[in-house]
Amino acid sequence: MYTEIGTVAEFVEAASLCGSLGDAALAWQAEQDGCGRKALLSLMHDRLNVMRESAQAGLSPALRSVSGMVGGQAAKMAKEQSVRFGLLGKACAYALSIAEYNACMGKIVAAPTAGSCGILPGALLAAQEQDGFADSDLVLALFAAAGIGRIIALQATISGAEGGCQAECGSAAGMAAAALVQLYGGTPQAAAHACAFALMNMLGLVCGPVHGLVEVPCVYRNVGGVSQALSAAQMALCGVECPISCDQIILTMKDVGDALPPSLRETGEGGCAACHCARCE
Amino acid sequence: MDLFDIIGPVMVGPSSSHTAGAARIGKITRMLLGSEPVEARIGLYGSFQKTYLGHGTDKALVGGLLGMDVDDLRLRDSLRRADEAGLRYTFYNAELRGAHPNTVILDVDGADGRHLRVEAASIGGGEIVVRSIDGLEAGFSGHENTLVITHHDTPGMIARISGELAASSLNIATMRVFRRSQGGQAMVALELDGAASQELLDRLSALKDVYHVAYLAAKEA
Repeated sequence: MYTEIGTVAEFVEAASLCGSLGDAALAWQAEQDGCGRKALLSLMHDRLNVMRESAQAGLSPALRSVSGMVGGQAAKMAKEQSVRFGLLGKACAYALSIAEYNACMGKIVAAPTAGSCGILPGALLAAQEQDGFADSDLVLALFAAAGIGRIIALQATISGAEGGCQAECGSAAGMAAAALVQLYGGTPQAAAHACAFALMNMLGLVCGPVHGLVEVPCVYRNVGGVSQALSAAQMALCGVECPISCDQIILTMKDVGDALPPSLRETGEGGCAACHCARCE
Repeated sequence: MDLFDIIGPVMVGPSSSHTAGAARIGKITRMLLGSEPVEARIGLYGSFQKTYLGHGTDKALVGGLLGMDVDDLRLRDSLRRADEAGLRYTFYNAELRGAHPNTVILDVDGADGRHLRVEAASIGGGEIVVRSIDGLEAGFSGHENTLVITHHDTPGMIARISGELAASSLNIATMRVFRRSQGGQAMVALELDGAASQELLDRLSALKDVYHVAYLAAKEA
Protein backbone atom coordinates (compact mmCIF):
# COMPACT_ATOMS: atom_id res chain seq x y z
CA MET A 1 0.00 0.00 0.00
CA TYR A 2 1.50 3.32 -1.05
CA THR A 3 1.06 6.08 1.51
CA GLU A 4 1.44 9.69 0.47
CA ILE A 5 2.67 11.81 3.35
CA GLY A 6 2.63 15.45 2.31
CA THR A 7 1.32 17.14 5.46
CA VAL A 8 1.87 16.78 9.19
CA ALA A 9 -1.80 15.76 9.54
CA GLU A 10 -1.21 12.86 7.12
CA PHE A 11 2.00 11.98 8.92
CA VAL A 12 0.19 11.84 12.29
CA GLU A 13 -2.56 9.69 10.76
CA ALA A 14 0.00 7.26 9.30
CA ALA A 15 1.75 7.17 12.68
CA SER A 16 -1.46 6.32 14.52
CA LEU A 17 -1.74 3.22 12.32
CA CYS A 18 1.81 1.97 12.80
CA GLY A 19 2.75 3.19 16.27
CA SER A 20 4.91 6.29 16.04
CA LEU A 21 6.04 9.03 13.66
CA GLY A 22 9.39 7.30 13.41
CA ASP A 23 7.80 3.99 12.39
CA ALA A 24 5.63 5.77 9.81
CA ALA A 25 8.60 7.62 8.34
CA LEU A 26 10.65 4.42 8.23
CA ALA A 27 7.81 2.57 6.47
CA TRP A 28 7.48 5.42 3.96
CA GLN A 29 11.20 5.39 3.15
CA ALA A 30 11.26 1.58 2.84
CA GLU A 31 8.39 1.83 0.37
CA GLN A 32 10.18 4.56 -1.62
CA ASP A 33 13.40 2.61 -1.87
CA GLY A 34 11.84 -0.83 -2.16
CA CYS A 35 14.25 -2.08 0.46
CA GLY A 36 14.10 -3.58 3.92
CA ARG A 37 13.81 -1.58 7.13
CA LYS A 38 16.94 -3.13 8.56
CA ALA A 39 19.19 -1.46 5.98
CA LEU A 40 17.53 1.93 6.56
CA LEU A 41 17.84 1.61 10.35
CA SER A 42 21.49 0.76 9.93
CA LEU A 43 22.08 3.77 7.64
CA MET A 44 20.42 6.10 10.16
CA HIS A 45 22.45 4.52 12.96
CA ASP A 46 25.60 5.43 11.00
CA ARG A 47 24.41 9.04 10.95
CA LEU A 48 23.76 8.94 14.69
CA ASN A 49 27.33 7.77 15.17
CA VAL A 50 28.67 10.69 13.11
CA MET A 51 26.54 13.03 15.24
CA ARG A 52 28.01 11.57 18.42
CA GLU A 53 31.57 11.83 17.10
CA SER A 54 31.02 15.46 16.09
CA ALA A 55 29.60 16.31 19.54
CA GLN A 56 32.74 14.93 21.18
CA ALA A 57 35.22 16.38 18.68
CA GLY A 58 33.66 19.83 19.00
CA LEU A 59 34.50 19.94 22.70
CA SER A 60 38.18 20.58 22.05
CA PRO A 61 39.13 24.00 23.48
CA ALA A 62 41.75 24.40 20.74
CA LEU A 63 39.23 24.52 17.88
CA ARG A 64 39.10 27.71 15.78
CA SER A 65 37.19 28.47 12.61
CA VAL A 66 39.04 29.72 9.53
CA SER A 67 38.04 33.32 10.33
CA GLY A 68 38.85 32.85 14.03
CA MET A 69 35.46 34.25 15.09
CA VAL A 70 34.21 31.00 16.69
CA GLY A 71 35.43 27.68 18.09
CA GLY A 72 36.50 26.28 21.45
CA GLN A 73 33.57 27.76 23.39
CA ALA A 74 31.54 24.57 23.87
CA ALA A 75 34.41 23.21 25.98
CA LYS A 76 33.45 25.75 28.65
CA MET A 77 29.86 24.51 28.76
CA ALA A 78 30.53 20.77 28.87
CA LYS A 79 32.53 20.60 32.10
CA GLU A 80 30.63 18.63 34.71
CA GLN A 81 30.51 21.56 37.15
CA SER A 82 29.35 23.98 34.43
CA VAL A 83 26.24 22.06 33.42
CA ARG A 84 23.23 23.79 34.95
CA PHE A 85 19.52 23.39 34.34
CA GLY A 86 19.78 19.62 33.85
CA LEU A 87 18.90 18.38 30.37
CA LEU A 88 18.87 21.93 29.01
CA GLY A 89 22.48 22.59 30.03
CA LYS A 90 23.68 19.37 28.40
CA ALA A 91 21.69 19.93 25.22
CA CYS A 92 23.06 23.48 24.91
CA ALA A 93 26.64 22.23 25.29
CA TYR A 94 26.24 19.57 22.60
CA ALA A 95 24.41 21.89 20.21
CA LEU A 96 27.22 24.45 20.48
CA SER A 97 29.87 21.77 20.24
CA ILE A 98 28.52 20.34 16.98
CA ALA A 99 27.81 23.76 15.47
CA GLU A 100 31.33 24.96 16.31
CA TYR A 101 32.84 21.76 14.94
CA ASN A 102 30.97 22.43 11.69
CA ALA A 103 32.32 25.99 11.56
CA CYS A 104 35.83 24.53 11.98
CA MET A 105 35.48 22.22 8.95
CA GLY A 106 34.59 19.19 11.07
CA LYS A 107 32.59 16.25 9.76
CA ILE A 108 28.90 16.65 10.67
CA VAL A 109 25.44 15.51 9.59
CA ALA A 110 23.34 18.28 8.04
CA ALA A 111 20.06 18.23 10.01
CA PRO A 112 18.40 19.63 8.01
CA THR A 113 21.27 21.98 7.03
CA ALA A 114 24.91 22.35 8.01
CA GLY A 115 24.23 25.71 9.64
CA SER A 116 21.60 24.17 11.95
CA CYS A 117 23.38 20.85 12.47
CA GLY A 118 23.73 21.09 16.28
CA ILE A 119 20.08 21.30 17.33
CA LEU A 120 18.62 17.84 16.67
CA PRO A 121 21.65 15.81 17.81
CA GLY A 122 22.17 18.20 20.74
CA ALA A 123 18.68 17.41 22.01
CA LEU A 124 18.84 13.65 21.40
CA LEU A 125 22.35 13.01 22.71
CA ALA A 126 21.69 15.00 25.89
CA ALA A 127 18.42 13.09 26.43
CA GLN A 128 20.26 9.80 26.02
CA GLU A 129 22.98 10.82 28.44
CA GLN A 130 20.50 11.94 31.08
CA ASP A 131 17.74 9.38 30.73
CA GLY A 132 19.50 6.37 29.25
CA PHE A 133 17.62 5.84 25.99
CA ALA A 134 18.92 3.11 23.70
CA ASP A 135 20.50 3.97 20.36
CA SER A 136 17.57 2.25 18.66
CA ASP A 137 15.20 4.75 20.32
CA LEU A 138 17.32 7.64 19.07
CA VAL A 139 17.41 6.19 15.56
CA LEU A 140 13.61 6.01 15.43
CA ALA A 141 13.44 9.55 16.81
CA LEU A 142 15.72 10.63 13.95
CA PHE A 143 13.28 9.07 11.48
CA ALA A 144 10.46 11.04 13.12
CA ALA A 145 12.50 14.24 12.81
CA ALA A 146 13.38 13.48 9.20
CA GLY A 147 9.71 12.94 8.35
CA ILE A 148 8.83 16.32 9.85
CA GLY A 149 11.75 18.01 8.08
CA ARG A 150 10.76 16.55 4.74
CA ILE A 151 7.23 17.95 5.10
CA ILE A 152 8.62 21.40 6.02
CA ALA A 153 10.88 21.27 2.96
CA LEU A 154 7.93 20.28 0.76
CA GLN A 155 5.43 22.81 2.12
CA ALA A 156 7.81 25.67 2.94
CA THR A 157 11.61 25.68 2.85
CA ILE A 158 14.62 24.64 4.93
CA SER A 159 16.97 27.10 3.21
CA GLY A 160 18.14 30.25 5.00
CA ALA A 161 18.63 31.95 1.63
CA GLU A 162 14.93 31.42 0.92
CA GLY A 163 13.28 31.72 4.32
CA GLY A 164 15.78 33.16 6.80
CA CYS A 165 16.99 31.46 9.99
CA GLN A 166 13.44 30.43 10.95
CA ALA A 167 13.68 28.02 8.00
CA GLU A 168 17.00 26.52 9.15
CA CYS A 169 17.27 26.69 12.94
CA GLY A 170 13.46 26.97 13.20
CA SER A 171 12.94 23.80 11.18
CA ALA A 172 15.68 22.00 13.10
CA ALA A 173 14.02 22.99 16.40
CA GLY A 174 10.62 21.80 15.13
CA MET A 175 12.16 18.48 14.09
CA ALA A 176 13.97 18.12 17.43
CA ALA A 177 10.84 18.97 19.42
CA ALA A 178 8.84 16.27 17.64
CA ALA A 179 11.68 13.78 18.07
CA LEU A 180 11.90 14.50 21.81
CA VAL A 181 8.16 13.98 22.30
CA GLN A 182 8.37 10.60 20.59
CA LEU A 183 11.45 9.68 22.66
CA TYR A 184 9.71 10.55 25.93
CA GLY A 185 6.60 8.54 25.05
CA GLY A 186 4.25 11.25 23.78
CA THR A 187 1.67 10.59 21.08
CA PRO A 188 2.22 11.48 17.40
CA GLN A 189 -0.33 14.28 17.82
CA ALA A 190 1.62 15.65 20.79
CA ALA A 191 4.79 15.53 18.68
CA ALA A 192 3.02 17.61 16.02
CA HIS A 193 2.04 20.14 18.70
CA ALA A 194 5.65 20.32 19.87
CA CYS A 195 6.86 20.97 16.34
CA ALA A 196 4.21 23.68 15.93
CA PHE A 197 5.27 25.36 19.18
CA ALA A 198 8.95 25.41 18.21
CA LEU A 199 8.24 26.79 14.74
CA MET A 200 5.77 29.31 16.12
CA ASN A 201 8.22 30.58 18.72
CA MET A 202 10.98 31.02 16.15
CA LEU A 203 8.79 32.54 13.46
CA GLY A 204 10.41 35.52 11.78
CA LEU A 205 13.98 34.79 12.86
CA VAL A 206 16.24 36.42 10.28
CA CYS A 207 19.48 35.15 8.73
CA GLY A 208 22.28 37.72 8.94
CA PRO A 209 25.60 35.87 8.99
CA VAL A 210 28.51 38.15 9.88
CA HIS A 211 30.89 38.32 6.89
CA GLY A 212 28.56 35.84 5.17
CA LEU A 213 30.01 32.95 7.20
CA VAL A 214 28.27 30.11 9.06
CA GLU A 215 29.67 31.35 12.37
CA VAL A 216 28.07 34.40 14.05
CA PRO A 217 25.26 34.23 15.04
CA CYS A 218 24.79 30.71 13.61
CA VAL A 219 26.63 28.62 16.19
CA TYR A 220 24.84 30.40 19.06
CA ARG A 221 21.51 30.15 17.25
CA ASN A 222 21.93 26.39 17.51
CA VAL A 223 21.94 26.77 21.29
CA GLY A 224 18.85 28.96 21.08
CA GLY A 225 17.20 26.43 18.80
CA VAL A 226 17.76 23.48 21.11
CA SER A 227 16.30 25.36 24.06
CA GLN A 228 13.24 26.18 21.97
CA ALA A 229 12.95 22.49 21.09
CA LEU A 230 13.10 21.44 24.75
CA SER A 231 10.52 23.98 25.92
CA ALA A 232 8.20 23.09 23.03
CA ALA A 233 8.50 19.36 23.80
CA GLN A 234 7.92 20.03 27.50
CA MET A 235 4.66 21.86 26.76
CA ALA A 236 3.42 19.14 24.42
CA LEU A 237 4.37 16.29 26.77
CA CYS A 238 2.33 17.99 29.50
CA GLY A 239 -0.70 18.04 27.25
CA VAL A 240 -0.53 21.68 26.17
CA GLU A 241 -1.90 21.94 22.63
CA CYS A 242 -0.76 24.52 20.12
CA PRO A 243 -3.80 26.59 19.09
CA ILE A 244 -2.51 26.77 15.51
CA SER A 245 -1.99 23.49 13.65
CA CYS A 246 1.52 22.45 12.69
CA ASP A 247 0.60 22.49 8.98
CA GLN A 248 -0.69 26.06 9.29
CA ILE A 249 2.46 27.19 11.09
CA ILE A 250 4.63 25.66 8.38
CA LEU A 251 2.72 27.54 5.66
CA THR A 252 2.96 30.71 7.75
CA MET A 253 6.70 30.25 8.07
CA LYS A 254 6.85 30.17 4.26
CA ASP A 255 4.77 33.35 4.01
CA VAL A 256 6.96 35.14 6.54
CA GLY A 257 10.07 33.99 4.66
CA ASP A 258 8.67 35.34 1.40
CA ALA A 259 7.96 38.66 3.12
CA LEU A 260 11.54 39.01 4.40
CA PRO A 261 13.70 41.39 2.36
CA PRO A 262 16.75 39.77 0.72
CA SER A 263 19.03 41.57 3.20
CA LEU A 264 17.64 39.27 5.93
CA ARG A 265 18.00 36.05 3.96
CA GLU A 266 21.64 34.92 4.13
CA THR A 267 23.10 37.70 2.00
CA GLY A 268 25.29 38.86 4.88
CA GLU A 269 23.90 42.39 4.55
CA GLY A 270 21.30 42.68 7.32
CA GLY A 271 20.64 41.45 10.85
CA CYS A 272 23.79 40.71 12.86
CA ALA A 273 25.86 41.13 9.70
CA ALA A 274 24.94 44.81 9.59
CA CYS A 275 25.81 45.65 13.19
CA HIS A 276 28.56 48.18 13.73
CA CYS A 277 31.26 45.94 15.16
CA ALA A 278 30.79 43.32 12.47
CA ARG A 279 31.32 45.91 9.76
CA CYS A 280 34.35 47.45 11.41
CA GLU A 281 36.18 44.18 11.90
CA MET B 1 13.66 14.22 -1.66
CA ASP B 2 14.09 11.39 0.80
CA LEU B 3 14.62 11.27 4.56
CA PHE B 4 18.40 10.93 4.22
CA ASP B 5 18.50 14.25 2.39
CA ILE B 6 16.97 15.79 5.52
CA ILE B 7 19.16 13.98 8.07
CA GLY B 8 22.19 14.31 5.80
CA PRO B 9 24.40 14.57 3.95
CA VAL B 10 27.31 13.58 6.15
CA MET B 11 29.75 16.30 5.21
CA VAL B 12 32.73 18.38 6.20
CA GLY B 13 31.47 21.82 7.27
CA PRO B 14 30.79 24.61 7.42
CA SER B 15 28.31 25.09 4.57
CA SER B 16 26.27 22.66 2.52
CA SER B 17 26.25 25.06 -0.43
CA HIS B 18 29.71 26.63 -0.12
CA THR B 19 31.63 23.56 1.05
CA ALA B 20 29.78 20.30 0.25
CA GLY B 21 28.36 21.61 -3.05
CA ALA B 22 31.78 22.95 -4.05
CA ALA B 23 33.45 19.59 -3.32
CA ARG B 24 30.85 17.82 -5.47
CA ILE B 25 31.48 20.24 -8.33
CA GLY B 26 35.21 19.52 -8.11
CA LYS B 27 34.66 15.76 -8.03
CA ILE B 28 32.22 15.82 -10.96
CA THR B 29 34.64 17.98 -12.98
CA ARG B 30 37.34 15.38 -12.33
CA MET B 31 35.01 12.61 -13.51
CA LEU B 32 34.11 14.57 -16.64
CA LEU B 33 37.80 15.13 -17.37
CA GLY B 34 38.46 11.41 -17.11
CA SER B 35 42.12 11.65 -16.07
CA GLU B 36 44.22 13.06 -13.24
CA PRO B 37 43.93 16.88 -13.33
CA VAL B 38 47.32 18.64 -13.44
CA GLU B 39 46.24 22.25 -13.80
CA ALA B 40 43.08 24.11 -12.76
CA ARG B 41 42.12 27.75 -13.25
CA ILE B 42 39.11 28.36 -11.07
CA GLY B 43 36.88 31.40 -11.48
CA LEU B 44 34.56 32.24 -8.60
CA TYR B 45 31.43 34.32 -8.93
CA GLY B 46 28.98 35.99 -6.53
CA SER B 47 28.80 34.67 -2.97
CA PHE B 48 31.46 32.06 -3.83
CA GLN B 49 33.83 34.93 -4.66
CA LYS B 50 33.01 36.97 -1.54
CA THR B 51 33.11 34.24 1.12
CA TYR B 52 35.22 31.41 -0.31
CA LEU B 53 38.07 31.66 2.20
CA GLY B 54 35.91 31.45 5.32
CA HIS B 55 33.81 28.64 3.89
CA GLY B 56 36.71 26.58 2.63
CA THR B 57 35.20 26.72 -0.87
CA ASP B 58 38.71 26.78 -2.34
CA LYS B 59 39.74 23.71 -0.35
CA ALA B 60 36.52 21.94 -1.27
CA LEU B 61 36.86 22.60 -5.01
CA VAL B 62 40.51 21.50 -5.09
CA GLY B 63 39.75 18.49 -2.85
CA GLY B 64 36.95 17.46 -5.19
CA LEU B 65 39.33 17.75 -8.15
CA LEU B 66 41.64 15.38 -6.27
CA GLY B 67 38.74 12.92 -5.97
CA MET B 68 37.66 13.62 -2.38
CA ASP B 69 34.03 13.21 -1.36
CA VAL B 70 32.01 15.71 0.71
CA ASP B 71 32.65 13.77 3.94
CA ASP B 72 36.41 13.39 3.44
CA LEU B 73 38.32 15.10 6.27
CA ARG B 74 41.30 15.49 3.94
CA LEU B 75 39.33 18.37 2.38
CA ARG B 76 40.73 20.49 5.21
CA ASP B 77 44.27 20.36 3.85
CA SER B 78 43.54 19.64 0.23
CA LEU B 79 45.62 22.60 -0.97
CA ARG B 80 48.78 21.05 0.46
CA ARG B 81 47.77 17.69 -0.95
CA ALA B 82 47.31 19.29 -4.37
CA ASP B 83 50.92 20.45 -4.26
CA GLU B 84 52.00 16.90 -3.42
CA ALA B 85 49.82 15.43 -6.16
CA GLY B 86 51.19 17.83 -8.77
CA LEU B 87 47.93 19.70 -9.30
CA ARG B 88 48.59 23.41 -9.93
CA TYR B 89 45.65 25.66 -9.22
CA THR B 90 44.84 29.36 -9.37
CA PHE B 91 41.74 31.26 -8.31
CA TYR B 92 40.41 34.42 -9.93
CA ASN B 93 37.26 36.54 -9.79
CA ALA B 94 34.94 35.54 -12.62
CA GLU B 95 32.70 38.17 -14.20
CA LEU B 96 29.41 36.60 -15.21
CA ARG B 97 26.05 38.08 -16.08
CA GLY B 98 22.87 36.79 -14.47
CA ALA B 99 24.49 33.63 -13.09
CA HIS B 100 23.44 31.90 -9.85
CA PRO B 101 25.23 33.54 -6.89
CA ASN B 102 27.22 30.39 -6.19
CA THR B 103 28.73 29.77 -9.61
CA VAL B 104 32.20 28.53 -10.51
CA ILE B 105 33.99 28.13 -13.83
CA LEU B 106 36.76 25.56 -13.92
CA ASP B 107 39.33 25.26 -16.70
CA VAL B 108 41.16 22.01 -16.10
CA ASP B 109 43.94 20.19 -17.91
CA GLY B 110 44.27 16.44 -17.52
CA ALA B 111 47.42 14.36 -17.37
CA ASP B 112 46.46 13.03 -20.82
CA GLY B 113 46.54 16.57 -22.27
CA ARG B 114 42.76 16.94 -22.46
CA HIS B 115 41.34 20.36 -21.59
CA LEU B 116 37.87 20.88 -20.16
CA ARG B 117 35.84 23.94 -19.19
CA VAL B 118 32.99 23.34 -16.73
CA GLU B 119 30.54 25.92 -15.42
CA ALA B 120 28.53 24.77 -12.42
CA ALA B 121 26.40 26.23 -9.65
CA SER B 122 25.83 25.11 -6.06
CA ILE B 123 22.13 25.64 -5.59
CA GLY B 124 21.67 24.81 -1.88
CA GLY B 125 21.75 21.83 0.49
CA GLY B 126 24.75 20.39 -1.34
CA GLU B 127 22.78 20.16 -4.58
CA ILE B 128 24.59 21.27 -7.72
CA VAL B 129 23.91 21.80 -11.41
CA VAL B 130 26.49 21.45 -14.17
CA ARG B 131 25.45 24.33 -16.41
CA SER B 132 27.81 23.84 -19.32
CA ILE B 133 30.75 21.81 -20.53
CA ASP B 134 33.17 23.43 -22.99
CA GLY B 135 30.53 26.10 -23.58
CA LEU B 136 27.84 23.58 -24.51
CA GLU B 137 24.73 23.64 -22.34
CA ALA B 138 24.55 20.66 -19.95
CA GLY B 139 22.06 21.04 -17.08
CA PHE B 140 22.45 17.86 -15.05
CA SER B 141 22.70 17.33 -11.29
CA GLY B 142 24.84 14.22 -10.89
CA HIS B 143 21.96 12.53 -9.03
CA GLU B 144 21.36 10.06 -11.86
CA ASN B 145 23.89 7.91 -13.65
CA THR B 146 25.00 10.34 -16.35
CA LEU B 147 26.83 9.79 -19.63
CA VAL B 148 28.44 12.77 -21.34
CA ILE B 149 29.63 12.00 -24.84
CA THR B 150 31.42 14.54 -27.04
CA HIS B 151 31.45 13.65 -30.68
CA HIS B 152 31.65 14.94 -34.23
CA ASP B 153 28.24 16.20 -35.38
CA THR B 154 27.37 13.64 -38.02
CA PRO B 155 24.08 11.97 -39.09
CA GLY B 156 23.13 8.83 -37.16
CA MET B 157 25.34 9.54 -34.16
CA ILE B 158 22.48 9.60 -31.64
CA ALA B 159 21.01 6.41 -33.11
CA ARG B 160 24.34 4.61 -32.75
CA ILE B 161 24.74 5.75 -29.15
CA SER B 162 21.18 4.82 -28.19
CA GLY B 163 21.64 1.51 -30.02
CA GLU B 164 24.57 0.64 -27.75
CA LEU B 165 22.51 1.57 -24.70
CA ALA B 166 19.61 -0.57 -25.92
CA ALA B 167 21.99 -3.47 -26.46
CA SER B 168 22.91 -3.16 -22.77
CA SER B 169 19.19 -2.96 -21.83
CA LEU B 170 19.71 0.52 -20.38
CA ASN B 171 16.77 2.92 -20.35
CA ILE B 172 17.40 6.62 -21.07
CA ALA B 173 15.70 8.86 -18.49
CA THR B 174 16.64 12.20 -20.08
CA MET B 175 18.72 13.20 -23.09
CA ARG B 176 20.09 16.59 -24.11
CA VAL B 177 21.87 17.19 -27.38
CA PHE B 178 23.93 20.30 -28.22
CA ARG B 179 26.40 21.30 -30.89
CA ARG B 180 28.65 24.21 -31.63
CA SER B 181 27.94 24.26 -35.35
CA GLN B 182 26.62 21.90 -38.01
CA GLY B 183 29.28 19.32 -38.64
CA GLY B 184 31.32 20.61 -35.67
CA GLN B 185 31.79 19.38 -32.12
CA ALA B 186 28.62 18.15 -30.46
CA MET B 187 27.74 16.77 -27.06
CA VAL B 188 25.04 14.51 -25.76
CA ALA B 189 24.26 14.27 -22.05
CA LEU B 190 22.18 11.25 -21.03
CA GLU B 191 20.76 10.39 -17.64
CA LEU B 192 20.25 6.64 -17.31
CA ASP B 193 17.89 4.56 -15.18
CA GLY B 194 20.56 1.93 -14.57
CA ALA B 195 24.32 1.75 -14.22
CA ALA B 196 26.64 1.62 -17.24
CA SER B 197 29.23 -1.16 -17.35
CA GLN B 198 32.86 -0.60 -18.28
CA GLU B 199 32.26 -2.82 -21.29
CA LEU B 200 29.50 -0.47 -22.52
CA LEU B 201 31.71 2.59 -21.96
CA ASP B 202 34.45 0.91 -24.02
CA ARG B 203 32.00 0.19 -26.84
CA LEU B 204 30.79 3.80 -26.81
CA SER B 205 34.37 5.11 -26.84
CA ALA B 206 35.14 2.90 -29.82
CA LEU B 207 32.27 4.31 -31.91
CA LYS B 208 33.36 6.23 -35.00
CA ASP B 209 33.34 10.04 -34.52
CA VAL B 210 33.17 9.81 -30.71
CA TYR B 211 35.86 12.01 -29.13
CA HIS B 212 35.32 11.34 -25.47
CA VAL B 213 33.03 9.43 -23.11
CA ALA B 214 32.65 10.53 -19.50
CA TYR B 215 30.53 8.62 -17.02
CA LEU B 216 29.26 9.89 -13.67
CA ALA B 217 28.07 7.05 -11.47
CA ALA B 218 25.38 8.59 -9.24
CA LYS B 219 26.68 6.92 -6.11
CA GLU B 220 30.13 8.44 -6.64
CA ALA B 221 29.07 11.92 -7.78
